[in-house]
Amino acid sequence: MTKIDSKIPEGPLAQKWTHYKEHQKLVNPANKRKIDIIVVGTGLAGGAAAASLGEMGFNVKVFCIQDSPRRAHSIAAQGGINAAKNYPNDGDTVYRLFYDTVKGGDYRGREANTYRLAEVSNNIIDQLVAQGVPFAREYSGYLANRSFGGAQVSRTFYARGQTGQQLLLGAYGALSKEIKRGSVKLYTRREMLDLVIMKDGRARGIIVRNLFTGKLERYSAHAVLLATGGYGNLYFLSTNAMTSNGSAAWRAYKRGAWFANPCYVQIHPTCIPVHGDYQSKLTLMSESLRNDGRIWVPKKKEDAEKIRKKEIRPRDIPEEDRDYYLERRYPAFGNLVPRDVASRAAKERCDAGYGVGTGQAVFLDFKEAIARLGKDVIKARYGNLFDMYERITDDNPYETPMMIYPAVHYTMGGLWVDYELQSNIPGLFVGGEANFSDHGANRLGASALMQGLSDGYFILPYTMQNYLADQITVGTIPSDTPEFEQAEKDVQARIEKLMSINGKETVDYFHKKLGRIMWDHAGMARNREGLEEGIKMIQELRKEFWENVRVPGNPNGINIELEKALRVADFLELGELLARDALHREESAGGHFREEYQTPEGEALRNDKDFMYVAAWEYQGDDKEPKLHKEPLVYENIEVKTRNYKTA
Amino acid sequence: MDFKLKIWRQASPDDKGKFVDYDVHNISSDASFLEMIDILNDELVEKGEDPVAFDHDCREGICGMCSMFINGHPHGPEAATTTCQLHMRKFKDGETIVIEPWRAKPFPVIKDLIVDRSAFDEIIQAGGYISVTTGGVPDANAIPIKKENADLAMDAAACIGCGACVAACKNASAMLFVSAKVSQFALLPQGKVEAKDRVKAMVAKMDELGFGNCTNTYACEAECPKEISITNIARMNRQFIGAKLG
Repeated sequence: MTKIDSKIPEGPLAQKWTHYKEHQKLVNPANKRKIDIIVVGTGLAGGAAAASLGEMGFNVKVFCIQDSPRRAHSIAAQGGINAAKNYPNDGDTVYRLFYDTVKGGDYRGREANTYRLAEVSNNIIDQLVAQGVPFAREYSGYLANRSFGGAQVSRTFYARGQTGQQLLLGAYGALSKEIKRGSVKLYTRREMLDLVIMKDGRARGIIVRNLFTGKLERYSAHAVLLATGGYGNLYFLSTNAMTSNGSAAWRAYKRGAWFANPCYVQIHPTCIPVHGDYQSKLTLMSESLRNDGRIWVPKKKEDAEKIRKKEIRPRDIPEEDRDYYLERRYPAFGNLVPRDVASRAAKERCDAGYGVGTGQAVFLDFKEAIARLGKDVIKARYGNLFDMYERITDDNPYETPMMIYPAVHYTMGGLWVDYELQSNIPGLFVGGEANFSDHGANRLGASALMQGLSDGYFILPYTMQNYLADQITVGTIPSDTPEFEQAEKDVQARIEKLMSINGKETVDYFHKKLGRIMWDHAGMARNREGLEEGIKMIQELRKEFWENVRVPGNPNGINIELEKALRVADFLELGELLARDALHREESAGGHFREEYQTPEGEALRNDKDFMYVAAWEYQGDDKEPKLHKEPLVYENIEVKTRNYKTA
Repeated sequence: MDFKLKIWRQASPDDKGKFVDYDVHNISSDASFLEMIDILNDELVEKGEDPVAFDHDCREGICGMCSMFINGHPHGPEAATTTCQLHMRKFKDGETIVIEPWRAKPFPVIKDLIVDRSAFDEIIQAGGYISVTTGGVPDANAIPIKKENADLAMDAAACIGCGACVAACKNASAMLFVSAKVSQFALLPQGKVEAKDRVKAMVAKMDELGFGNCTNTYACEAECPKEISITNIARMNRQFIGAKLG
């Protein structure tokens, strides 16, 4: 059995990263020119890493699936980015940010990685301001902050409700600077379909499909960095952008990279509820709304029913008949409990018959905030979100409460990486949402942007260099080796197979079916029976897909259906691994809620004795069960406790 | 709801292209415009026909991908709205809807409704950034910025790079896009150092790529899904003249 080496540096927690940097190997400037690096993805992690590695002098090839790096899905993040600056003087420290993150992740994240994330968070804000990111300011001219779930301090920096956009444009600017300088070469509208591993076991290249011409292209490099985001779209309906997919990570898995904790899927509590079968995706309402919005459902079932039938309006329910269930259950954190807790509480109320709208919705009400602060203040804080809500639902949230319901949002699982963010395949690095390392079983709000940029600007440029230091004499990596030939042939065969099936059902038919199975059997709540049944259903659906999918047109040119088919084929495998992981983890933790394991009050019940480990799965073949590797999680600096948001 | 669609179909950049008529039925008034096309495409695929190719991604109104010209307007008739945030309830039952790609020389059509907007990336690469490298920067609060300026910079930075301004302009001018980026940095102290080089380089690149000039018809502002103001163009012009004289 391969031993898991997470390469956590020696020494006290707060010194680990400094110690690492003091002892890592460097590449001298003259040698950096001799090194090629492939970066797949141009979101916060990929864009920032490509720009930083380019600045250092490496030759970077960066690939994006869109027509422009500026459209990576990081652009859609709304609320903000965390950092332990303590500008509001409310008691924040690096340790507290680290503590909140580990606790928020239900003690299933790696301590050293999480501490480092908190440690570099302050540098990120400095970097962004220097780039001209227009963060919100106080009248003093200094930076403004607000709060997010899972924290009792205001540590979130924001740019209206478009923080992800502004951060991504900052990274895109840095990337554009390097593209002009010639250190970074940009390849747009390319989708990675395989990873190439050489005889010596090192990752040395990728096969991409040019989405314009349909041609398969080979690219080689001394190291490959995947920053391709999460796999939430396997649920079909999610808050992810339409082309967000898990294929790059999945292809790496099938070439030997371990996939860690796939069952940790974040269900975000504040999404606009589903309203029809034709619906293609869900839209998030920023978590920042919970700063001023109060969440409630009617106390009486008959009131909820009348609202559902539109016999009465929400405003007709008197104050004493409203159940502010988060404030009731979690007095210390109230509406600012972490996402997993808020999501489950909404589901619990709706399942019990108190839901509004279609029955699968709760209210997010600004009535009191508007009365207290005035409409103008609320408009200044959340105006664009209110407008978006109205556009989608045709309801005016200034006058009637918003309706929200949980939806699939972010995946904490991903490819296994060590402290250097290197996978178990030498030369394959993984950053941002695509790796598993920092958030444990649940991600706190405003921490995704933090991790993407921390990996991209301040971690990978160091750790990749450590790996590349002994690669300077290797010379240019050829792309005509048998390994490249074989990988390209495999992709070709997969495409030909899909085109030749010529069945009766569309790709979306299968994607929607898969999404339904995942939501029903491996969604916000899971149990053994449901998961076992779900796995069987996925296997049957996968079989049906390969016999009955219809992909029209031809592969030589733009073929959207083929693109989708390749992704759904991978989701049909990844979905099964997710369910297997959920089945094996006989405890509840963060986004993974096993109904068999809960407290009498309905809170998640961890089993630290048996499950305090990272589950890293190794591919063994299409017809074989994957092999489970366990990386024990050791907490030396934090007391592992039951999460409590009821008291301070 | 039922609609008659006239959609521009063009197999490749060299193809002449033409309008093709389609009927869609039983569309929910809550469906978004793109979901309506999804439904059409599903039917086309089931019939073995080539689905309509269009760009889209986040479907939250922020990625700037969903470019299409609807009934004579970029992103359709509703103000301050991207195509993905346009809903069928904004149309009349039975209405005929004409759907075309952006039509501007610097944005060549690639297929159906998809155009190549890489010209915008080239303009940014010409200098639409602050040339700071990673690390070694001062503490964020060491650069105080007047709240009003930060807000104005954010107004300009809200541009999503969709190209509606170019599509709306009879001259295919990119002035609103370029001026938004120039203004964001012109309003912030961090951007001042290389302000002159930036505006000159970006304007030169814009001209080189074949975008037309601004003749103050304000169509860009009227059609911009993010309500980017043409005062940015005035600011850019001042910056540009200042840079030329200085």
